[in-house]
Amino acid sequence: MAALKKEYHINKNDFIRAGEASIGVKNVLKSLDVDPSIIRRVAICGYEGEMNVVMHGGTGKLNIEINSTNIVLDISDNGPGMANTELAMERGYSTATDEYREMGFGAGMGLPNMEKNSDEFKIDSAVGKGTRIRMVFSLTHSKE
Amino acid sequence: MKLKEIIELLDGNLLTGKDQLDKSLNTGGASDLMSDILAGLSEKCVLLTGLTTVQTVRTAIIAGVGAIVFVRGKIPPTEVIDQARANEIPLLSTPYSMFVSCGRLYSKGITGLDGAQ
Ligand SMILES: Nc1ncnc2c1ncn2[C@@H]1O[C@H](COP(=O)(O)OP(=O)(O)O)[C@@H](O)[C@H]1O
Ligand SMILES: [Mg+2]
Repeated sequence: MAALKKEYHINKNDFIRAGEASIGVKNVLKSLDVDPSIIRRVAICGYEGEMNVVMHGGTGKLNIEINSTNIVLDISDNGPGMANTELAMERGYSTATDEYREMGFGAGMGLPNMEKNSDEFKIDSAVGKGTRIRMVFSLTHSKE
Repeated sequence: MKLKEIIELLDGNLLTGKDQLDKSLNTGGASDLMSDILAGLSEKCVLLTGLTTVQTVRTAIIAGVGAIVFVRGKIPPTEVIDQARANEIPLLSTPYSMFVSCGRLYSKGITGLDGAQ
């Protein structure tokens, strides 16, 4: 499979379009005949990450790179960042507002679910600088 | 169970998915929390929810949900129905509550997402 790269822009508070990048990624992977169970894991990670940028982050982007051995999903934003990423990774931890909860988000399950569904997960965040999450999905030996 | 049987059981109003009446749905999940759906074995399930936003349909697309049932007679906005149609996810609206809808499906053999009865 030839290497393929794609970039999608994400805007803070843009709930009208939130999720479209991940649906785009899902369709790209489908057209490349990637294993459906891997597509589902990538799409879930992309969507949770995209929603985090929309709700908690700032202006951001989602980058996907597909080569013959793996898929790399890189989601970054220039929002407020996090003081304590370990705390943010805890199941159930959330700073989501009531408005977000009414839309079905804010369960504090996004980051743990992204870690669970990816083969490699790395989060970098600093207050005032923004957040970057890089996830790798193996196309040769997957964990699920 | 086929989609058409679910429509009958729930006195449902099919909003989109006429061409998928024979689609098979054997597991069910009920939630208003999108992360629950994304973290669960929600592929090909019937999702019961009271949440009619576009994010419900996008979550279903991402998770591979088989069909969505909106409880308590709720009907999503047109653009939400359009997105489901474009992604071939049947939508139906039932007059029953979440509790009664789940009970009706459960009593006819729909299991939990993990197959639990
Ligand atoms: N991109 C981001 N920028 C700033 N804070 C974030 C970002 N992503 C996540 N967080 C913080 O981490 C918390 C946990 O995230 P997550 O597990 O996805 O749960 P939820 O989004 O439901 O709150 C969020 O409530 C927020 O405080
Ligand atoms: Mg989240």
